[in-house]
Amino acid sequence: MGGNHLNVNKQHDLNDSVLRLENATIQFGGVIAVNDLDMYVDDGEIVSLIGPNGAGKTTAFNIITGVYAPTNGAVYFKGKKIIQNHPQGKMKKMYSGKDAEKYINLPVLEPTPDKITQMGIARTFQNIRLFKSRTVFENILTAKHLRRTSNYFTSTFGLNKDEEAQMREASLELLRVVGLEDVKDELATSLPYGKQRRLEIARAMATDPELLLLDEPAAGMNPQETLELAEFIRELRDKYHYTILIIEHHMDLVMNISERIYVLEFGRLIAEGTPTEIQNNEDVINAYLGVGEEDA
Amino acid sequence: MKKDNKKNFISLVIVLVFLGIVLLLDQVIKPTDNMSMLLTVLQKGSVYALAAVSMNLLNGFTGLFSLGHAGFMLIGAYTYAMLTIPDAARADVYQYYDPAIRFSIPEVLSNGIGPAGTALGVLIAVIIAGLIACLFAYLIGLPVLKLKSDYLAIATLGFAEIIRAIFQWSKLGPLTNGSNLLKGFERTSTFKLAIGDFTLSLSTFVPVLIATICIWIIVLIKNSTYGRAFVAIRDDEIAAEAMGIDLAHHKMLSFCTSSFFAGISGAMMAMVLSIAQASNFRSAMTYEILLMVVLGGIGSISGSVIGAFLFISTSEWWLRGLDSGKWLGISAPGIFRNGFRLVVFSVIIMIVVLFFRKGIMGDKELTLEMVKAWPKNIFNWIRSIPKKIKSLFSKKEAK
Ligand SMILES: Nc1ncnc2c1ncn2[C@@H]1O[C@H](COP(=O)(O)OP(=O)(O)O)[C@@H](O)[C@H]1O
Ligand SMILES: [Mg+2]
Repeated sequence: MGGNHLNVNKQHDLNDSVLRLENATIQFGGVIAVNDLDMYVDDGEIVSLIGPNGAGKTTAFNIITGVYAPTNGAVYFKGKKIIQNHPQGKMKKMYSGKDAEKYINLPVLEPTPDKITQMGIARTFQNIRLFKSRTVFENILTAKHLRRTSNYFTSTFGLNKDEEAQMREASLELLRVVGLEDVKDELATSLPYGKQRRLEIARAMATDPELLLLDEPAAGMNPQETLELAEFIRELRDKYHYTILIIEHHMDLVMNISERIYVLEFGRLIAEGTPTEIQNNEDVINAYLGVGEEDA
Repeated sequence: MKKDNKKNFISLVIVLVFLGIVLLLDQVIKPTDNMSMLLTVLQKGSVYALAAVSMNLLNGFTGLFSLGHAGFMLIGAYTYAMLTIPDAARADVYQYYDPAIRFSIPEVLSNGIGPAGTALGVLIAVIIAGLIACLFAYLIGLPVLKLKSDYLAIATLGFAEIIRAIFQWSKLGPLTNGSNLLKGFERTSTFKLAIGDFTLSLSTFVPVLIATICIWIIVLIKNSTYGRAFVAIRDDEIAAEAMGIDLAHHKMLSFCTSSFFAGISGAMMAMVLSIAQASNFRSAMTYEILLMVVLGGIGSISGSVIGAFLFISTSEWWLRGLDSGKWLGISAPGIFRNGFRLVVFSVIIMIVVLFFRKGIMGDKELTLEMVKAWPKNIFNWIRSIPKKIKSLFSKKEAK
């Protein structure tokens, strides 16, 4: 059972965190979707990010994975700064968030999503994005491409037979782990919803990440499936020592597996703490917990 | 893995048998025969098959809708022609210009190492033709590959038109002969192999062989880890990037590879037609190739090959009679005269597109199992025609 992780925000060295967001802010036009977000996830932790629809959770994932450059702020991975920005161009005038002066003279870092994945951060999508013309097995195999050592020439002319065999073996092994081996030759999009979500997790795992970002992995699942998924995610963490950040609406799953929880509302962090702390937090109850579950 | 090896072996045997048959046809069919149309179809068909497959690599597998194919073929055709006109013939070809290039690769090599040098020289010129097309693709790709689909199509189409104009520009006359055509270079009709007193004609065999090798390489690319990355980009760009696939790099690879083989097919077109003329490489050529790809099935290599050969044999051979008074034994000079062939051809294309929404092959590849299942499937398909016709006219959206 989670919840026994010490919330030692003050003594704990933030450089040890696997992931850390610092003043992360993103403004679309006049709307600030993520506002001055500070958060961290430590090695081997399972942390949840919750909040009502439109709170900015997916947008936070998009900042971490390089889909959007933040308007202001920085992201650290394993103690190293990987993303950093300050308001530029039109945003110089329009920016209505905080801390712009803090980053103004620091270099801009905006790697593309593939570079982030290369570093060891992998994600799933809220609205499932599998490779639709490909089988279950091929979906996994495709995600092995980024760890190749062969080049265009050697892989075309079959001079990488060992590597290709390893990729295939590792993909099969992964399918065994997630329990999709029996449907490996079926079209990914022909699977039932729950299995497609599982496949998305497996595909993210195929990139050999250290940090997994799961965006509503239990969306559309019934309580039984949700329970199984919680168990499954914990098993993965124990087996592969992943650090996991989850966006979820199913409160039973969140309270069940999270060691810590962050709560967003209108792009702002309104609470953080252990599941017990969050469940007893007035602000959270008012903003979210009471209504959130029907919403999801 | 063992099963794969066996499959590869069977494919290799089939390809070798096919090449053997082509070599044989090359010897037994004389240019004056009725059946000589078969050789023409094989020659032109292999040019277009390679063009269609290379277009499919980009438009079908990688999902980048580019319309610059004729431009890259033009570059290939001209490069090949400029490098293989014998020095003595240059003055005759470049009547109004002082030729800038004063050597022919096959000539230089055959002076050095004898007849084999000619073949080697042709091969080198073909590869250089591909490389130059590839170089142009790289330069144009840097700005345009960032564009989204429709804009990419327009930009590449524009590029092809500009290339055509530049190659006809009189200032480049010493290289391209301006708006005049290039001729006199190494062409398939003179390709021969002398063994003792026996001379093998290779005029059909060589283009078929080049196309076969190139298409084989494209099949290998498709099945490699890079091919999987290309398809991932087509299926879902955002997911592909999230899985660590560098979009800019892979799009460029696909674009350059496609253009490389387009350049080679352009060189083949020059050697088959014995001339290279910029005005032939209009955007209409790109649309023709696109039509072959769509007919065969977007995303299917065997589909593109089938599409190209069906297109060429229908337009060049099977419907010939419709233009010249007599077709399938029916003599009707009043109807069957110049231009009627194109009318019938367009109608056929329309019917095929209506009945095979996803092309002949869809996105599948031709396999032995599929050929075995053909009799049954064709029977079922014919039986379903009435239903299909009905669905075409019913108000509901036809599936
Ligand atoms: N590309 C974008 N352009 C403009 N607004 C956006 C964009 N992406 C997200 N938003 C806005 O940001 C807010 C947060 O959205 P999102 O992160 O998807 O919420 P959720 O917490 O439900 O995942 C929403 O109001 C959304 O409309
Ligand atoms: Mg969301």
